[in-house]
Amino acid sequence: MNDVRLALRQVVYENRTFWRNPPAVFFTVALPLMFLVIFNLLFGDDLIDRGFVGEVSGSTFYVPGIAALAVISACYTNIAMMVSIARDNGLLKRTRGTPLPSWAFLFGKIVHATLVAVLLVAIVVAVGAIFYDVDVPTNTMPAFIVTLVIGAASFCALGLAMTGLISNADAAPAVVNGSILPLLFISDIFIPLQDAPDWLQTFGAIFPVKHFSEALGTAFNPFETGAGFEWGALAVIAAWGVLGVLVSLRYFSWEPRK
Amino acid sequence: MTTETATATAISVTNLRKSYGDLEAVRGIDLHVSQGEVFALLGPNGAGKTTTLEILEGHRERTAGEVSVLGHDPQRNERDFKDRIGIVLQDTGVERYLTVEEVIELFRGYYPHPLPRDQIIEMVGLEEKRTSLVRRLSSGQQRRLDVAIGLAGDPDLLFLDEPTTGFDPAARRNAWEMIKGLNAAGKTVFLTTHYMEEAQYLADRVAIIARGEIVAEGAPIDLIGREAITTISFEDPGDGPPPYPVSEFATLIDGRIVIETSGPTALLYALTSWATEHSVELEGLTVAPWTLEDVYLKLTADPELEEGPEAEQ
Repeated sequence: MNDVRLALRQVVYENRTFWRNPPAVFFTVALPLMFLVIFNLLFGDDLIDRGFVGEVSGSTFYVPGIAALAVISACYTNIAMMVSIARDNGLLKRTRGTPLPSWAFLFGKIVHATLVAVLLVAIVVAVGAIFYDVDVPTNTMPAFIVTLVIGAASFCALGLAMTGLISNADAAPAVVNGSILPLLFISDIFIPLQDAPDWLQTFGAIFPVKHFSEALGTAFNPFETGAGFEWGALAVIAAWGVLGVLVSLRYFSWEPRK
Repeated sequence: MTTETATATAISVTNLRKSYGDLEAVRGIDLHVSQGEVFALLGPNGAGKTTTLEILEGHRERTAGEVSVLGHDPQRNERDFKDRIGIVLQDTGVERYLTVEEVIELFRGYYPHPLPRDQIIEMVGLEEKRTSLVRRLSSGQQRRLDVAIGLAGDPDLLFLDEPTTGFDPAARRNAWEMIKGLNAAGKTVFLTTHYMEEAQYLADRVAIIARGEIVAEGAPIDLIGREAITTISFEDPGDGPPPYPVSEFATLIDGRIVIETSGPTALLYALTSWATEHSVELEGLTVAPWTLEDVYLKLTADPELEEGPEAEQ
């Protein structure tokens, strides 16, 4: 049996189960799109100072911000929740007892999450362009795509790492949401941080979320004249991704924890 | 040609030990299971049953000892080993948003020579549920799906961890017939169970594990025969008639006189002669050979209760 074909088959089955699971679809797909609509209704016409690139419209701020949220929710939140549940109900252990290579199983989860993220970002950008008159930049599109890929990979790794720190499936929602929700508020995603105290900005800059939204913001800025790569931010995101891989290798478990 | 086909050995375990910190869960056990056999590992909770099973399946690493399953060392996690075994654990989840057919198809795809999908569905009797989502199955149906997944790869060796726990009597009978059928088709079956009648009905040989050690091993009939005890019991006739002749061997349990004997014929003769003579009806008289359950209870009894605390050491 061809292992690559097996791995791709996992993606197909992951995809099928995901779209049949109403809570997963709601939290991963519907919620970011709801936020996009709500924030645009509230702040779409405001001018927002992005500091490093000058002032942009609220819509231009929120499209890359919600794109970042979509990637985080499809990769980090979704993987951390689903894998914790699958571990504690014994699905991981059952799979471990079959000839399916472990990497093929994880490949299915990660690639599927990334595809959902790509789909969501495409929807967010399309909605922004059609309904909120957001300019979709072409010269920075490669930077936008590279940033998405690095972000998706890193947040998938962090999602897997988080399962190692989640004591059991009951604790998963609290740990996952508790780790990500506060960061979404201090990372230029829900609220522009122009009036935030310096220490909060500094604190937010420790984590990858803020760098991700900034990097996407630059790569999605219609006034950006360069290629739009935020190399420093990308390096921080990638470093968190590497940390995620290392923690996963050390703490990831196929055995239920009850 | 692998060695296990030459010797027809499916599982060979020598001096297996497993410790969790200071706790020694398995204390040097030996097991031998031949190909084509149904072998049952019996023991109370915490006796080391699941630990042993999971070491054989490759889910756990041993602390010491030799283990060979189908010629492989299970803890090396080899692909060709996984190709040839089927595992049915307790409480293992299935993707709840797939249908019965889809789940079986998914797992079939992992193996080089799977059984045909419809044959698997028929074997476990889920024909009417083939297009139902897993989340809509009853617990008995989910258990049958567990077995179906274990069979997907047409395994040479099937591990069944308490396969019929929670089944109603009819479903248990069906499961037994299914396991007999698998065995007739040449599969080796290694099962654990709490139900002695299940072991007695299904297993060619059983091993009883208690406190991490094997306390008895053999064919059920031999284990029972070794004890060669018959239980005679009847309702306590009360104070009216004169004492019956065998009262020194008897114990009173829940209003019944219970006598365990290795010489039932003479004892019954004495008892019934006495009853006839005194016109006493022995209400509810039963004469029963020991079952595997009696043997099991005797062998797994906690020595701290029977022989005092120092017996453990």
